[in-house]
Amino acid sequence: MDANATIERGVGFARSSTGASIVTAFGAVLFLDLVAKLAGVSLGPLETPWFGIWFGGDIAVGQFAGFIWDGIVIGVVIGLASIGLSLTYSILNFANFAHGDYVTAGAFSGWAVTYVIAGIGGLLAITESAVNAVTGLGTYRLEDADLVRLVLLQTAPLEAGANMWLSPAAIVIGLVAAAGMTIVLSLILDRLVYRPMRDADGISLLIASIGVAFAVRYLVALVFGANRRIVTSSEKLPSANLGGVIVDAHEVTLVVVAAILMFGLHVLLQRTKLGKAMRAMADNRSLAQVTGIPTERVIKSTWIIGAGLTGAAGFLLVLSQGGLGFQTGWLLLLLIFAAVIMGGIGSIYGAIAGGLVIGLASRVSLVWLQGDLASFARPTAFALMILVLLFRPSGIFGGVKTA
Amino acid sequence: MSQTTTDDVLAPLRRVFANDAAKVAVMYIAIWVVFYAFGNHLGYGNSGMLSLVRRVTFLAAVYGIVVLALNIQWGYAGLFNIGVAGFMAVGAYTVAMLSSPPAGSPPGLGLPLPIGVLGGILAATLVGLVAALPALRLKADYLAIVTVAISEIIRITYNSPAFSDVTGGARGFGNLPTSPVETLLLQDPTSPASEATSLGETVFSFAAEYGISQFAVVNTLYTVGVLLVLLVVYLLLERAGKSPYGRVLKAIREDETAAQSLGKDTQNFKVRAFALGCGLMGLAGIVWFAMGPRASVTPQTFRPNITFYIFIALIIGGAGSNTGSVLGGALFASLLFEAPPMIRSIIQETFQVSANPGNLIEALIPIASGNLAPLGGFLLNNIDSLRFIGMGILLVVLIQRKPDGLLGARKETAAGVPLTADTRPDTGRADADAAAVDGGETDE
Repeated sequence: MDANATIERGVGFARSSTGASIVTAFGAVLFLDLVAKLAGVSLGPLETPWFGIWFGGDIAVGQFAGFIWDGIVIGVVIGLASIGLSLTYSILNFANFAHGDYVTAGAFSGWAVTYVIAGIGGLLAITESAVNAVTGLGTYRLEDADLVRLVLLQTAPLEAGANMWLSPAAIVIGLVAAAGMTIVLSLILDRLVYRPMRDADGISLLIASIGVAFAVRYLVALVFGANRRIVTSSEKLPSANLGGVIVDAHEVTLVVVAAILMFGLHVLLQRTKLGKAMRAMADNRSLAQVTGIPTERVIKSTWIIGAGLTGAAGFLLVLSQGGLGFQTGWLLLLLIFAAVIMGGIGSIYGAIAGGLVIGLASRVSLVWLQGDLASFARPTAFALMILVLLFRPSGIFGGVKTA
Repeated sequence: MSQTTTDDVLAPLRRVFANDAAKVAVMYIAIWVVFYAFGNHLGYGNSGMLSLVRRVTFLAAVYGIVVLALNIQWGYAGLFNIGVAGFMAVGAYTVAMLSSPPAGSPPGLGLPLPIGVLGGILAATLVGLVAALPALRLKADYLAIVTVAISEIIRITYNSPAFSDVTGGARGFGNLPTSPVETLLLQDPTSPASEATSLGETVFSFAAEYGISQFAVVNTLYTVGVLLVLLVVYLLLERAGKSPYGRVLKAIREDETAAQSLGKDTQNFKVRAFALGCGLMGLAGIVWFAMGPRASVTPQTFRPNITFYIFIALIIGGAGSNTGSVLGGALFASLLFEAPPMIRSIIQETFQVSANPGNLIEALIPIASGNLAPLGGFLLNNIDSLRFIGMGILLVVLIQRKPDGLLGARKETAAGVPLTADTRPDTGRADADAAAVDGGETDE
């Protein structure tokens, strides 16, 4: 009954596009296999000349829910970071290969601020020291802390108090600083690099952005050192066990903050003329200029929004993953590209959804990629991106521009 | 008067420089002179000097090969491939798997080296074809993202513990084939200190008179071999560029729609150019990593960074020009890659820089008291990072100011006959010239 209709539809689809139907069929098999695995049903082995294939198997619901939660956490970060890339891609018409390094720059600058505030002993201590320094009374506590080590993120995470539970205020300020510093960086780079070549073609801009990526990445390495470090401490961090999924306060913070930022962006673009102007520019820059849209100002707003969210994403990424090195953002870049392409270039909601899909794909694929194959989680996301590009280049939502 | 005499003196020089071979030769000689001067300043002996010059030459030559391969794809066919590292990895890994001794770990198949090299090139071509057939339908920037994703998939596959019996996993392929030079000169090619063959005896005793060790001789001869490969690839591509096939590629580069309207199946030409380029990248990966003095096939080698170095080299030389590619590769490898550490040693020795601050802030604070030494010491110690920052800035400046590179602006016409020659009757031409001089308009 149901199966008949499905088969009929499937046959029609397979006639119209063979490649896409193979991909869809493969996806359907995987889905059925997943359901079987969750239900604990196991068929097989189906003998092939080389090896036996098992259909279904056994996977704990808790473990699967854990993959889903991890996927959402990483997906939200990717989604947040991909908004900026999607905006610059559609409005400035180039694939910004330096975007990953904006993530790194935001993460380092934001955490440096958090470390300084938390390491000195919180806002109260800073105010106290400032008052003491001005009035000349009391102790000047800044001297107790090794500021240089704090700024360069060399203090041990717990000693610096880089933990949501121990110093929430420092983390919030760090988040704002991360966004702010990334915005400043992006505006400087736009002025120096991209503005003089506004009318250049996409490939020239892309090459310039590769140069920017190198310069920014190794500038970060020059200042903060080339070693990868653990930045956050999970000591005394509250966490809950929800049906086998361990959810800690950092992950919850990340998801909540990201959701607030995305909602704020939604309101900003719906309630102001900026969103409309951006859409107009993405369609046709010359026409937008002719109709009186101040294109340079819109470009500036684009960088501000995009870079701000990117810096925040870098900061939040470190909050949940703990590790930070000068290559962190660069390694994330391809996943961000995958998210942008998946959602359709220029679509903000598409980028968010694409980020979630990529995050989920890279974690849920671990259901199949177990043991030695676990390193293929990232290639799975890349492969998904290549498939979308081949069969649906306008993105999974069909390229509806929602900026 | 003196003006004309200098012109007379310079004229033959100019004529020599118009010749591409002379340009390349002068560039290589200049690089050797510069590095000889570096080595001299640092007091290198004969064999130290030889190894320095050999290293630079080797790197310049392998960069030349791979930049030439990229030039076919990007310079001629306009295909923006940033997965170069992946295709080089396929070449190097395949040759290692085919031609390494079966006894080592991971085991190879032990096939003769020529078959292995051919297999490596074919494998890279094949991967290129598989990537190209669907990907070339995409816009240029999508192609870029897809190729870099493919190269990462290739790298992660070689890196994966799942296939470590075949690929060596994260530690890399530790069991590499011996180079032809080793096979010719040594009785036991796997050990550099083994007894020489009769041919090796002659060569080694000749070299020993100049105080050059057996090891250095083998590496130097291998480098000479790589230079020969570069020459062969260059001649092959120059020949291909002048063939009907190359002319269509150049036409596509100038205006794809026009080429299409002349009945050329541009898609087909582009796929072939892509596959040819990928095969040559495989060859470059083989001579660079699978054997010789830098033999080391690990997944870390094939990170996307190396692709971008190759792009910088091509942009320096100028996309679209074979000679430019060779020059760009040599310039990049010598001045941007090998020179900075040498310059660091020279500065450290000359100015006795011993300060070594742990980080930038500690290096900057003494500036307030007028002490620049810590900053100098810090920058010298971090010359690797500085080099990459410099490369990034150079790339931006090049693409803003001189997007055609050194030789890219040069027009290599796609036509078989010279277009500048005037074939019209004299009278008409003269009238047109006169009209142009008068500021009048000639008809189209």
